[in-house]
Amino acid sequence: MCTLEKRGNLFILTFTGENQHRFNPNLIGSLLSLLSQVKAEATRGSALITQAQGKFFSNGFDLDWAQAAGSEQGAAERLHHMVDLFKPVIAALLSLPMPTIAAITGHAAAGGFVLALSHDYLIMRKDRGVLYMSEVDIALTIPDYFNALFREKIGDASVRRDFLLRGLKMKGDEAEKRGVVEAAYGGEAEVREASVRLAENLGKRKWHGEVYAEIRKGLYPQLSAILGLTHKAYTIARL
Amino acid sequence: MCSLEKRGNLFILTLTGQNVEHRLNPEVLSSIISALSRAKAESTRGSALVTVSHAKFFCNGFDLDWVNATGSKQEAQQRFDYSLDCLTQLVQAFISLPMPTVAAVNGHAAAAGLVIPLCHDYVVMRRDRGVLYVNDLEMGLKIPELYMAFFRAKTSGWALRDLVLRGLKIKGEELLKMGIVDAVYDGEEGVINAGMKMADDLARRKWDGEVYAEIRKGLYSEFCGMLGIASKAIGTPK
Repeated sequence: MCTLEKRGNLFILTFTGENQHRFNPNLIGSLLSLLSQVKAEATRGSALITQAQGKFFSNGFDLDWAQAAGSEQGAAERLHHMVDLFKPVIAALLSLPMPTIAAITGHAAAGGFVLALSHDYLIMRKDRGVLYMSEVDIALTIPDYFNALFREKIGDASVRRDFLLRGLKMKGDEAEKRGVVEAAYGGEAEVREASVRLAENLGKRKWHGEVYAEIRKGLYPQLSAILGLTHKAYTIARL
Repeated sequence: MCSLEKRGNLFILTLTGQNVEHRLNPEVLSSIISALSRAKAESTRGSALVTVSHAKFFCNGFDLDWVNATGSKQEAQQRFDYSLDCLTQLVQAFISLPMPTVAAVNGHAAAAGLVIPLCHDYVVMRRDRGVLYVNDLEMGLKIPELYMAFFRAKTSGWALRDLVLRGLKIKGEELLKMGIVDAVYDGEEGVINAGMKMADDLARRKWDGEVYAEIRKGLYSEFCGMLGIASKAIGTPK
């Protein structure tokens, strides 16, 4: 499942175990409540790192659980249900009052890639793991908020086209070159260390969390609108 | 006008348009739309379309001779507006085509003519000849909001500024750097062969055409939103 750990100012959210960390209603529920906890305990200087154990960051929605409905219609309904349940997770990340980092040490596909992309910074392995939107290959259309996320986070139209319309499996070095991730490193340990270093550096700025979240939402206005997030104007004098 | 040929899994659309510059008038635009309808009707998983043309021009824009061959300025404006509407219908037809599309640009593509290669999922271009040129600024014409949305779907930042705000005639190598074309090749045969090979490689992925078209429309969501084109959700993985 997933666990939350506090290390000084850092919140570390980990998908545990050697499985594909697929999102089903249970895992989504856990994620939501852990993110609420992070928000409640946030202070100036906090930062979040989301990471996973094993070969996968996350391989997206639990399609086996969807198929277990027994019929094509049932499966489509269960998938639709998970797409809806997942929306508040992305909304929570987008409104989190602290910098967020995804430490991607394995494959991030479909919903798993979307989760990673919902963080402020992506750090990835160069030597293992791919970013992949599998939908075109398995004949699924892209939910509206996934699309808005790609449109507003990835400025390069040909990169968006390569992910969504070409089903490209992008490795870390290409992802770094094309501006999809902040940096790519040569191994699992390096990725985790770099993520902690980045989180600590960002934390040292001691930003006002609520203001940080408002500025972040302003970067992604269409996504924020689709997620039902409203804006607040803040003026806090920093003397 | 244009011709459509089927070679294995590939639909090959050849633009000939009106005269040597392959210019577009409502008749030409209609014939291209009909060709796309035929391709759509005959499409299967594993289909792909490649659009080509020959000689100096890919497409140099609207047939202004036809637009201006009227009695008054008002009528000319009406003919221009009508041409634009027909172009918009063509763009919609390309965006809804249930298969991957590649444009092999052998020569100049300007104004309305530049929209055609950009409607494709992938663009390959000649390195040694041909430019893309948005000449609205030079002609004193405002780019319609709808087409600004179209350009925003294809590019952003300084590349978008250079495309629409600088009156530049941009060659293949530069377009490659801007991320507007995917690859450049030498010679007409070189670029056409490359376009066909790319289309072939994409066809081999055997994507579900309906899903492919819906995902593609999502990449043009602002443009589709302005035209009120609805999206369909397809939720049963195959």
